[in-house]
Amino acid sequence: MAKLTSKRVEGQLIPISLTINGTLHEIDVEPHELLLDVIRDRLGLTGVKRSCDVQVCGACTLLLDGRPVSSCTLLAFEARGREVMTIEGLAQNGKLHPLQEAFIEHGGFQCGFCTPGMILTAKTLLDENPDPSEEEIIEFMQGNICRCTGYKKIIESILAAAKKIKASSSRI
Amino acid sequence: MLKRFRLEEPESVKDASDFLARHGESARVYAGGTELLLVMKEGLIQYERLINIKNIAGLDEVKLDDGVIHLGALATHCKLASSTLLQERLPAFVQMEKNVANIRVREVGTLGGNLSFAEPHADPGTVLMVLGARLVAGKSSSSREIPVEKFFVDAYETCLEADEILTGIRVPLLPSHSAVAYLKFGYLERPSVGVALFLAVDGGGKSITDARIAVGCVGPAPRRIEEAESLLKGKGFNEASRLISKAGEIAGDASQAISDLHGSQDYKEHIVQVLLKRAFHQAYGQCQSGGKGQGGLHG
Repeated sequence: MAKLTSKRVEGQLIPISLTINGTLHEIDVEPHELLLDVIRDRLGLTGVKRSCDVQVCGACTLLLDGRPVSSCTLLAFEARGREVMTIEGLAQNGKLHPLQEAFIEHGGFQCGFCTPGMILTAKTLLDENPDPSEEEIIEFMQGNICRCTGYKKIIESILAAAKKIKASSSRI
Repeated sequence: MLKRFRLEEPESVKDASDFLARHGESARVYAGGTELLLVMKEGLIQYERLINIKNIAGLDEVKLDDGVIHLGALATHCKLASSTLLQERLPAFVQMEKNVANIRVREVGTLGGNLSFAEPHADPGTVLMVLGARLVAGKSSSSREIPVEKFFVDAYETCLEADEILTGIRVPLLPSHSAVAYLKFGYLERPSVGVALFLAVDGGGKSITDARIAVGCVGPAPRRIEEAESLLKGKGFNEASRLISKAGEIAGDASQAISDLHGSQDYKEHIVQVLLKRAFHQAYGQCQSGGKGQGGLHG
């Protein structure tokens, strides 16, 4: 199957509109542009990281309509008409999300490179399962790799965030 | 980095097939990209055009159709893993889908893309082989059904014709007193060994009336191992238990295992034997408890 073509391919622009952290953007993208590059280099949101580049590590995790995707291997046009959330969109009115607070309070990060992906993936988990067990957290988060913490503190942070969210919703 | 390519977005199988016929090997179907984009980013292969088939309506349906389960080629792994129809009818398949790669890949990757790309270290083909699945391939003016055993030709190579598109997978319902088990082993992101077993027993649970065995990941393509199946058919539990090691040895030998980063040939053949034995005990137990197609996964 392998075939390398040297033929020059003419450029093509695809107009897309997408919502990023609640703000509508209308941009033109080329078919081969990756969502990660558009978000980081064209829109300047650098919370999302490039690391393994093969969908294994989770550092490039973004939420697309609330579901985690690897933006390093997702064509930008795929975000057409959809809602993207990056780590920059998680805090509301200057107040950190309970997951962000818990990661700080429980030492859920050291170098911080995996943290945006960790927190966004954990958000998906807590959105669909507000009271996960430790085993459920481990299973859900297994595609996000951290080289500093040994994961224990991350798991504790997510458990603590679940408690925080539960407590704040029961107050309302 | 990805090199520049053009994108075509047909809205029917006919139009997609026409694009493929017109552009030949310079075009490739795009159905999620979780495999394709990796090799394109590495520069191992380039296409002038990708044909995005995700705008073709109805290709992601999962439904019961006249006694056969129809899995649309564009159904994502997440959609398959959360389908209540599949949870009820094909729990072993659901269990496999839940453990494909990681949540981000499952969210974007499609079953049809997985099968058509034919990456050897993949789970679905092996399980579909023991389920007796048939793949539906469509083109401009016709479509045909391909037994899954005939679909995989070699690593990254299927029997799809240049202008054919995999549109769906048809899986017959499991008979009563039968079960499916799929066990895999791996320490890298992708599975190193996958073993699938279908077992059916008679009403009294005394003897095995049917058995299908398939091995995947160890070599270029998943393989059905009929030589090992015949050892189990017609046998009672005790006799089959005695023969299962032999069946595993035959399965390992016939699996076309190769030595690579995942392990040596001998090592993989041994793991095939171990997993088949475990799958046998799991599936037999489930047959007797009347369960249909329960399955599990270790790895």
